[in-house]
Parts: sequence; structure tokens; C-alpha cells
Amino acid sequence: MENLIVSPAPHAHSNDSVRKNMLNVIIALLPAYVLSIVAFGWGALIVSATSIAACVLFEYLIAKYLLKQQPTIGDLSAVLTGLLLAFNLPSNLPIWIVIIGALVAIGVGKMSFGGLGNNPFNPALVGRVFLLISFPAQMTTWPKPLGFAGKYLNAETGATPLAAMKEALKAGDASKLAEIDVWSTFTGWLEYGSMGELSVILLLIGGIYLLCTKTITWHIPVSILASVFVFAGLLYWCGYQGAAAPWVHLCTGGVMLGAIFMATDYVTSPMTPLGQIIYGIGIGLIVVVIRTWGSYPEGMSFAILIMNAVVPLLNIYCRPKRFGETKKA
Amino acid sequence: MGKALNTFTNGLLRENPTIVLVLGMCPTLATTTSAINGMSMGLATTFVLLCSNVVISALRNLIPDKVHIPAYIVVIASFVTILQLVMQAYLPGLYASLGLFIPLIVVNCIVLGRAEAFAAKNGVGLSALDGLGMGFGFTISLTILGIVREFLGTGKIFDLAIMPEECGMLVFVLAPGAFIALALLMALVNSLKK
Repeated sequence: MENLIVSPAPHAHSNDSVRKNMLNVIIALLPAYVLSIVAFGWGALIVSATSIAACVLFEYLIAKYLLKQQPTIGDLSAVLTGLLLAFNLPSNLPIWIVIIGALVAIGVGKMSFGGLGNNPFNPALVGRVFLLISFPAQMTTWPKPLGFAGKYLNAETGATPLAAMKEALKAGDASKLAEIDVWSTFTGWLEYGSMGELSVILLLIGGIYLLCTKTITWHIPVSILASVFVFAGLLYWCGYQGAAAPWVHLCTGGVMLGAIFMATDYVTSPMTPLGQIIYGIGIGLIVVVIRTWGSYPEGMSFAILIMNAVVPLLNIYCRPKRFGETKKA
Repeated sequence: MGKALNTFTNGLLRENPTIVLVLGMCPTLATTTSAINGMSMGLATTFVLLCSNVVISALRNLIPDKVHIPAYIVVIASFVTILQLVMQAYLPGLYASLGLFIPLIVVNCIVLGRAEAFAAKNGVGLSALDGLGMGFGFTISLTILGIVREFLGTGKIFDLAIMPEECGMLVFVLAPGAFIALALLMALVNSLKK
């Protein structure tokens, strides 16, 4: 009789936990991670290891000494933040910049709001955008994918397909657009870019794994990808000067990584399906607007952060009706 | 004597206009891109606060209640105009870098707030001390914020190189960095007060 527990409902538990979900997302990221190590060699290993270690360490220190809470690094959310942050960085970034990024991601993006569950913005993206604005030169030079033959620092660098696209838009010159090889951006082979934006196909495999394990629902990724396709397609088929084809938009930059792994963060996305679809459409629209008219070549991180700010409103307006509730006449 | 001292130190920390009362955020965020800019803005505001507090306190029984806000604004605006012309004549470089924020002292809520909350009810001497205390409190917090932002943003303090320039985090010189630095400063003061 002693091991019977008296507790309020619900009594049936699904054995689900934060740790389990975070672990699923990390597993889903592994194929793309392996490719980035194959493509960028030591740089990718150094940057990702630094980022993960720094995120976990900062979360532990801040929780223990500043917030005086029991540190929750065991739930793997800091590991995931570190991995996602590394995915957003060029693999030739100096270690001290990665550490600053991790400090901002965990310290400002997450712990200053009270830790996991209270942060309005995606911590990894807060860190990434902070670094992008602070170190524009280092954050926009991308190493050539030479595998382990490439150097970590002083690597040979080049422009991403999206940066080339922005040049084409500024010049009003459509010939550069034709040079973008959609197949290589789709497979991610021999492409310039951040660690996680290489391969569309490997990110999609991760996304399918997340859907199968019910870690995420389809609403956010599908609505983002569909709205990017529709808005970019409108520009393309209406013949807007220098606009890239919608499949180029889908296969380049952070759209896949953002749609599947960043925008679907539980804490910073809306709770109801309707809210999630509005959120996804907003992200897709903002991405296309920034890529086409903004001064940055890529806008996925800004788009997600902007829509993160709208999430509390979406949660209020998309609240489902209570059973039996009727509109007041 | 105790009351006078109390009035003066009130603005320095206990009711520091920037960090505790969170007033005058526009110049605080906009002009603290460097330590020298923050300090000059603080001193300029101190001058206006001191003069307007003294004059408004001296005139407090003459100003009709119905038009007291316009009357205060006229007094404040006169001193701001004096300040603006003097700075333009003798410190043209600083005047150019602070730009619009000098005339905007007219609508700084600290100045009008102290006129309304303190100078309209107290004698000339106390009002002068209150203006000085509040002004110095404002100056100190703006200077600290300026030092933090200049150091993190460009690696310098008062234009003296401390770190190599490329270590600077550009975001701290821009608007988002102003908000982050101010928030961190407030958090620090709040945790020290506990």
C-alpha cells in the first residue's frame, strides 16, 4: 500500500519528457551534422564542440550562481541550442566569437527570461543574429568545403548561393541567377555556407524522422515552405527583375533548417494549429521580402525572431473554443 | 542640513532617474554610443535641470496653476536654447555629434518631472540641490552606459584603445546593443540593491 501515490488527474502518462524530445531533435540533426563534418573537416568539429560545450557550461553556471536554481542541463536543451547555434555559423569562425555567441544565446536569449519555457525568442537565433550584427565580416565569409584538407582559420572562402543572388538582384543581372546549381544546393555537396544549411535532402530526412516520432507536427514546416514557394513564385512568374525561382529559394540558405528545426521550437512557437499556420505564413513572407528587398542576402533568422515576437498574440487570438461555448449575441 | 544632503543624494542612487525611475530613455539609449557622448549629454541635462529647477522654484507662487505646464516648458526651453547656442559656438564637434538630442532636452521627462514633482513645491536652495543631484545621477548612469557600450562595441574607453578594434561587438554601438546594455546595467543595480 505504501507505494500507491495519491495525485490529481491526469493519471495516464505517455512517458514523454523534455529530454526525450530534445534527444529526438538532436538525432534528426545528425545526418546534416555528419555531412558538415565531411565537408568542412576540423573547422566544423571545433566550432560545434566549442558551441555545445560553452552553451552547457553557461547554462550550468547561470542557473547555479545567478538564478540559484537546480541546473537543468540534463534535459539536453542547452546541447541542442549549442548544436543549432553551430549549425548557423561558418565553420571557420574563431573560437572566442563562438563563445560570445553561446553566452548571448544562453545568457540573454534564454536564462535572462528565466530559463527553458520562458524565453520568447529562439536562443540559438538570438546568439546567431547578435554575432551577425556584431561581426559582419567574420560572419559572412564562408569557407570552401575541402573536408579535412581545409584549414580552420585562414581558410579559402567564397560566397553562398544567396549572396550571389543578392549581387544579381543589386545589379539587375539575371545571368548570375542561372549559375545557381539547384541540384548541388539540394544535395549540399560542394557548396559554400554555414554548417547546417548545406543539404536540403539530409535536413528533410531529419524532418521526416521528427514527424514520425511525433516530436513536431507538420503545420509549421509545411506552412513556411509553402508560403516561401508561393510568395517567391508570385515574384518569379510575374517577372520581377532578378527574382529567383521558388525552388532556388527553398533549396538555399536557412529555409529548410529554420522551417524544420528552428521555427518549431516548442517554447517560441504558437500552441494551436491555426496559430502555427499563421506563424509559418508570416515567416515565409518575411523571408522572401528580406531576400528580395533587404540588404542582407538571407533573412530566415530575422523572420523567425520577428514571428517569435508575435507568438503571444497568436496564442490569444487563436485560442480554441471551449466545449459548449457560444458567441455572445 | 540633513535634509539638504538627503535631497542631493536622492538622485544619485536611490531615485536615480535612468536606472531606478527609468525616465529620459530617449537620450539614454540614443546618445550613449561612446563614453564622452554620454557624459556630455548628462552634463548638458544637468545644466538645464539646475537652472530650470531654480527659476521654477523662484516663480512657483507666481505661475497660475492652469498654465503651469506651458510656463515650465517656456522656462526649460529658454535654458535649452542658451545651452544649444553656447555649445554650437564653443563645442561645435560635440554639438554635431549630439545633434538633435540637445534641443530634445526640452521634452526630457526628467527635467519636466523634477519641475513638477520637486521645484514647484520646494524652496530655491533645495530645488537647486535636487537639480544637481538628479543631473549628476543622470550623468553618472549615462557615462557608465557609454563606457560599457564604447568598450564592448569598439574596444575603447574615452577614445583610448583597450582591446584591438576588431574585437569590438558592433551591435553595442547600434540601437539593440543600447537596450541590452541598459537592461544588464539595471539588472546589476537591482541585484546590488538586494
